[in-house]
Amino acid sequence: MIEDLGKNTARRRRRDAMFAVVGLLATFVGMITLAALMIDLAIDGAGRLSTDFFTAFPSRFAARAGILSAWVGTTLVMVVTALTAVPLGIAAGVYLEEYAAKNWITAIIEINIANLAGVPSIIYGLMALGLFVYQLQLGQSILTAGLTLALLILPIVIVATRESIRAIPNSIREAAYALGATKWRTIRDHVLPYATGGILTGVIIALSRAIGETAPLITIGALTFIAFLPDSPITSEFPFISFDWLMSPFTVMPIQMFNWVSRPQQEFHLNAAATGLVLMVMTLCMNAVAIYFRYRFRKRIKW
Amino acid sequence: MPAQETIGFPEVKLEITAPKMDQQLAKASAVETVESIIEVDHVDFYYGDKRALTAISLDIAEKKATALIGPSGCGKTTLLRCLNRMNDLVLNTRVSGQIRFKGKNIYEPSTDVILLRRRVGMIFQKWNPFPKSIYENVIYGLRIVGVNNRSVLDEVVEKSLRRAALWDEVKDSLHKSAADLSGGQQQRLCIARALAVEPEVLLMDEPCSALDPISTAKIEELIHELKDIFTIVIVTHNMQQAARVSDYTAFFYLGELIEFGETGKLFTAPEKRQTEDYITGRFG
Repeated sequence: MIEDLGKNTARRRRRDAMFAVVGLLATFVGMITLAALMIDLAIDGAGRLSTDFFTAFPSRFAARAGILSAWVGTTLVMVVTALTAVPLGIAAGVYLEEYAAKNWITAIIEINIANLAGVPSIIYGLMALGLFVYQLQLGQSILTAGLTLALLILPIVIVATRESIRAIPNSIREAAYALGATKWRTIRDHVLPYATGGILTGVIIALSRAIGETAPLITIGALTFIAFLPDSPITSEFPFISFDWLMSPFTVMPIQMFNWVSRPQQEFHLNAAATGLVLMVMTLCMNAVAIYFRYRFRKRIKW
Repeated sequence: MPAQETIGFPEVKLEITAPKMDQQLAKASAVETVESIIEVDHVDFYYGDKRALTAISLDIAEKKATALIGPSGCGKTTLLRCLNRMNDLVLNTRVSGQIRFKGKNIYEPSTDVILLRRRVGMIFQKWNPFPKSIYENVIYGLRIVGVNNRSVLDEVVEKSLRRAALWDEVKDSLHKSAADLSGGQQQRLCIARALAVEPEVLLMDEPCSALDPISTAKIEELIHELKDIFTIVIVTHNMQQAARVSDYTAFFYLGELIEFGETGKLFTAPEKRQTEDYITGRFG
């Protein structure tokens, strides 16, 4: 009997060790792919990285071409996206988690949001083409692009907000209510501040998804060759702030990449690789910021 | 069943600060001739279709400690959470009957629940300080009504922490995180936080059930002192505790109030068989 048990234990231990190896291999597949991708891009593109590359407009000559209009476009589109998606997403998440009655209407809304997160991005592009470009006459502008990507990442922001809010113990809400706090006061003083780390992480992950999106922007008719910058948001005359840039045509980094990759000349492919490298680094930086926020907020709030 | 004949309390009782014997109204009640601050009148409570309380009627005496005892699931915590309408936050619940706080039915639609909860404070089973400093915890109830005057707040912090017997332990670390305190200290901080808004009634839901004997003793001592200033309603599983800290005890079983009376009498000469069985440990 005892010997049987020994054999059995040995077998179970072997199985345990086996799974650890399989898990490790599975992890490596992802890691190695990412590393290979980065190295490949770096080998091809690193040579093109220089100050000129960031300060030059695209050109017919590969060696003179740069990504100035692309990174400025990406930055501005991201600003619009963040300013739209973050307040909308947080408000919707707070409403669903804290205010909405738990009935079938809410259930349908929840299912819809989950489904929205899975809708292919090009569908958002088609919708934006119909709604923003034609119906609302916003043109093929930074504003249209920003709003499109905002809709695209809205479900991610909502879900992230809800998850972080749900992680806050109910006892904290009860403590506030028992002192005569209103619901909004409780949310403002406790729910949102303690959920900030998680919400920020979700927002940044959502934005790093949006930054790489190409299909919906091509669908709304973003240009691939832009040799000018949008109007400056700061002007020398009163009121010193201008919103003309919102209506400006634009390009973004992935579209610029797409454009260069589709050219036959090898030199343009190198430009595309360099752009890809910059895009990757931007995304990784955003993720790093997300991790930093999560760490900082977790440390600041001690339960 | 006690106190069912108690009806219509005059509503002008707000200025009474101490029950004076000559002001007592002649009033039939299990609670002798002491002023009652809360009257529970034929209250039924449902979680969905499940009835948790059946026709509960009892009076809570002002500036006394009333203990609610009974086995798990008997409805004592449910009743406690009805007294400041904390159960409103639980989905799919329903209450019928009246609970009158100072003569006014708190389940009337016109009741300002926010105001009610300021006057009927609550301490929870598991201490729940905010993840903020000790100081910010204590003054939160004042912050939400817009009190920002530093000297007022400082005063309230000291007064509340002294009342909660925590001042000497934390006076040098008021701006440190509440999470650094021990469990017993955190629970006393929660008491200080509740006291800071000067409630009239303090509801305590098994405040010591997760504390060691020394912390428990401190909180019991505190209850003794506090009941001169506040009305206390305490739910407890610990019958010695009920016997030690309370003036009146209500015994619940399966959602019904079995017996209610003076603590000394209930523990030494219970009228009902079930009460006797429970307090002598024969069931529960």
